[in-house]
Parts: sequence; C-alpha cells; structure tokens
Amino acid sequence: MAGIIGKKIGMTSIFSADGKNVPCTLIEAGPCVVTQVKTLEKDGYEAVQVGFGERKDKHSTKAMMGHFKKAGTTPKRKLVEFPIYNDAKLGDEITVEAFEEGDFVDVAGTSKGKGFQGVVKRHGFAGVGDATHGQHNRMRAPGSVGAASYPARVFKGMKMAGQTGNKRVTAINLEVVKICAEMNIVVIKGSIPGGKVSIVVLGK
Amino acid sequence: MDLIKELQSELVEMKEWPDFKSGDTCVVTYKIKEGDKERLQSFQGVIIQRKGSGATETFTIRKMSGNIGVERVFPINDPFIETIEVVKHGAVRRARIYYLRERKGKAARIKERRRFTKA
Repeated sequence: MAGIIGKKIGMTSIFSADGKNVPCTLIEAGPCVVTQVKTLEKDGYEAVQVGFGERKDKHSTKAMMGHFKKAGTTPKRKLVEFPIYNDAKLGDEITVEAFEEGDFVDVAGTSKGKGFQGVVKRHGFAGVGDATHGQHNRMRAPGSVGAASYPARVFKGMKMAGQTGNKRVTAINLEVVKICAEMNIVVIKGSIPGGKVSIVVLGK
Repeated sequence: MDLIKELQSELVEMKEWPDFKSGDTCVVTYKIKEGDKERLQSFQGVIIQRKGSGATETFTIRKMSGNIGVERVFPINDPFIETIEVVKHGAVRRARIYYLRERKGKAARIKERRRFTKA
C-alpha cells in the first residue's frame, strides 16, 4: 500500500487519447517525509508516519519540534500514518513517483461544510405535499418520523436535519490520468471531496 | 488558480484559431469517427458565445437547419476540430447573443462588421 498526502488545487478537463473530454482534479502531492517508522516490537503494529506541508516553528509545540528533529526535517502541517511501506526509513522522501499513470487510488479529504441543513438537502427527501391547493410550510418537511403507540419512539439513525458536510469522505477507485513529477502534480479523473487548498490523502 | 492555468497548457494541447467572437459566421470542420473510419464534417453558423477561459474554453455555434435551430458546443481545444474559418465578422453589441434564438429569417440577420487593419 502506497500513500501520499497532497493539496487539492482545483479542477480542469483534459482530452484523452481517443479525444474524449475528461473532467480532472489536480492535486499537488508531496514531497512527503517519513517522520516515524512504527514497529511491531515497539509500537505493537507496523506503520510509517508521513508528514506534508510546512508549519511555522512558533506554531509547533516543543514536543513536536523534537519529533521532527529526530527525523531530520522541518515541522510539518499534516501527519498521516500508512500501513507499512516497503522498507521506508526515517527521513525518507516520498514523491508522486509512488504512483503510476493508470493506477486506481482512493482519495480521502474533508468535504465542504454546508452547515445545518434540512432533510431535502441532507438526505435528498422530496418534501411533503403540494406547493399550492391550500398547502403551506410543508414543502421541505421530513414527514412522519415514526409510527404510533407501538414502537412509541423514534428509531435510532432516523434521517433528520443536521450538520451537513465538513466531515471525512473518501472517494474510491479514481483513475490517475497523469503525473507531472517535476511539479509534484497528480491528475485524477473525476472529483474529490473538499474545497481548493484542502489537504487530501491519496492511497493505492 | 494560477497553477492550474500554468498546468493546463501542459496538459492540453492549445490550438490556434483565427480571431472570432460572438456574431461572427464561421465554418467549423471537425472529424467524425464512424467505427474505425474517420471523415470530415463541417458546420456553418453564427457564434452565439465564447465561454470560459484557458484550456477549457468553449464556444457555441448556431445554424438554422431548415426551420429548426441547431446549436453545437465545441471546446476550443477539441482535438476533433480540424479548422475554424471565419466567413463574416458580425457587428453585435453583446458577448452572448441569445436573442438570436427567438428570431427567424429577416429578423435574425446580423450586420457585417467592417474591419480596418491598423497600419
């Protein structure tokens, strides 16, 4: 399993070899640094911790500064653990070359926050009843949330209004269309969660 | 955003066409794939709009086929486009001449724009 941390740049479209117009997302991925190698003996499981993006010294705690110093690198903005990389060592650099064109990757990020939304936007409900014929204030209503004296309660997990977006979402099986190694850019087919400049995690 | 613009030229082959804008009458010649054969087809009409910028810019071209209006949207950098030829420069006052859709026959005429070449 190979993984890398990146920053969403935005979307564009490119033409495939057979002339089709393909919508794409550009991600500036890496270069990342291995900041810790976790071993079975010491940590109870195997993983590599990888860092991406710069963080100012004054925003890092002393403990974190020591952690980064051990890896021989500057403080990083984002740290992510990946299941073991083939013999990655402390301080190793991971670049977009971990991926190839034609690979399928999963991209995880934080979706755009939409605030507290009703059931129509949040769950795709259709609302209740008509817009006219004497009807009022029911157009975006959720309808009934339960039955009567039995079960005499509302079931757990009932779809209701609430916070929408701003949570971790993973888009799976997205094709890597192109890689620009010298600019650390990965071009991925389709859309990925989050806004521009948001941090995303790519995994193969 | 600037990074996207920079990269777009690298990712998409930018094509060069003669200068054309909305109101102009153009002939777009494009390749059509039928099975494994390719042939050329042309579409003559009025440019209704140019939309977007950079590698993803598109234009809409409209013609009257008999009594029915036909519009096609092409990406400017579409690899299937062979040539774009400007037949007539039109004098219009707006960038998106949607009002043409409600007009027919004589009313849908567009005045020709005289072009003076700068010495």
